[in-house]
Amino acid sequence: MSELRFTKDHEWVRVEGGIATVGITAYAAEQLGDVVFVEAPEIGKTVAAGGEAAVVESVKAASDVFAPIGGEVIAANALLADDPAKVNADPEGEGWFFKLKLADPGAVTDLMTRAQYDEFVKGL
Amino acid sequence: MTDTYAPLRRTPLHDLHLELGAKIVPFAGYEMPVHYAAGILKEHLHTRERAGLFDVSHMGQAFLSGADPARALERVTPADIAGLGDGQQRYALLLTDRGTIKDDFMAARLAGEDALYLVVNAGTKETDFAYIAEKLKGVATLAPRLDRALLALQGPSAEAVLARHAEGVDALSFMKVGRFTVAGAPAIVGRTGYTGEDGFEISLEAKDAMRVARALLGEPEVLPIGLGARDSLRLEAGLCLYGHDIDEATDPVEANLAWSIGKRRKLDKDFPAAAKIVAELFDGPARKRVGLRPEGRAPAREGTEIVVAADRVVGRVTSGGFGPSLNAPIAMGYVETAFAAEGTELGLIVRGKRLPARVVPMPFVPHGYKRSR
Repeated sequence: MSELRFTKDHEWVRVEGGIATVGITAYAAEQLGDVVFVEAPEIGKTVAAGGEAAVVESVKAASDVFAPIGGEVIAANALLADDPAKVNADPEGEGWFFKLKLADPGAVTDLMTRAQYDEFVKGL
Repeated sequence: MTDTYAPLRRTPLHDLHLELGAKIVPFAGYEMPVHYAAGILKEHLHTRERAGLFDVSHMGQAFLSGADPARALERVTPADIAGLGDGQQRYALLLTDRGTIKDDFMAARLAGEDALYLVVNAGTKETDFAYIAEKLKGVATLAPRLDRALLALQGPSAEAVLARHAEGVDALSFMKVGRFTVAGAPAIVGRTGYTGEDGFEISLEAKDAMRVARALLGEPEVLPIGLGARDSLRLEAGLCLYGHDIDEATDPVEANLAWSIGKRRKLDKDFPAAAKIVAELFDGPARKRVGLRPEGRAPAREGTEIVVAADRVVGRVTSGGFGPSLNAPIAMGYVETAFAAEGTELGLIVRGKRLPARVVPMPFVPHGYKRSR
């Protein structure tokens, strides 16, 4: 399994065979609190890097989830429709949000490594 | 309401909040716990099932004294204050000269005492106290007690828990109030709260707050509960949040709070803008505060437009979120009266899309108050 990369907006991305799986980090899930609703992007929609792709809502507030890299949405996690708490329980596993078919899979190396992200979070 | 530039104040329980792992946020000029380690969802459900302890020391407590403080207070509220019996408290609205809502508050008459005990909202306490003092100048004296702490113990187990530390509190019924000794400390205890559950509010001297809070948290039924769950609990209970559901642009009739206007007061029309408000009671308001249930799971937050047909805006959501006890989104807002009837199908514009919703009665979750028989 390839390693995760991270954004300053607290998304993670895993690229395998030109397909990126995207979710929010454990830190983001912790900050949001109990997730009660996830609005997944439409399949077939093209999103640019940094563009709004999904919405995550906790009891308190709604937050945007941005696309870490550009691509076409090819899947959304259907599990989250009925059980959005999966985002809190397993943010980097079962709590994934959507999958993108990447135009440029190499762009992922521009994102932070886990060590860099951990350092970034420490400074917040 | 929250001024993040002014130095934030702390309640007497601040160190306890930190010790309990609270996430602290600025609220109404105070550093307040929005949730503890358990998180909003669990704190909410725990309060409905057992008991939760809330620090609401940021709220404004005061005593009003004078020859007849009840009559004096009626200058600024349409509630029947003069009719308050010994050991009774009442929900009341503080009105502007135009008859709009300056705040909502509690007024209590403690048995054998001449002064009335008042509790107003945190974010408005300074302006409320200045307003009341000015309007009642010469007839009554307001003594703010910013030095006092206020705890709320809420939930079906609240009575059993508090009775272990305060003899006699179980004899109080809903909206009754008295002086008791709680865990050895002198306290004003009212059978009230803002969660829709049975429960108590406990006013203490600041120096006793920590000890009493620890004693109550030491009971197996009790968890500390933050402002996040306080908000979702009061929303499910259909209760208004000042500055959101009611403000100086809303009046008691459209806010569906006309029940707080005393019968005698309506006849005597002796409160601010009484003629206008009484006329509105008879003619019906142009818009009304209603409860809304969106379809699906997406919450419709404050400010969401409420529409009929494709896109005719007939109102706006004033409080909206997710109701943990219902496991569904809920909202309240104002709509044109023609669309306020129970069962009316409306649309909520959430992120550019029309979300179907229905007007429903409030409370969303039945109240658990212990009324007198």
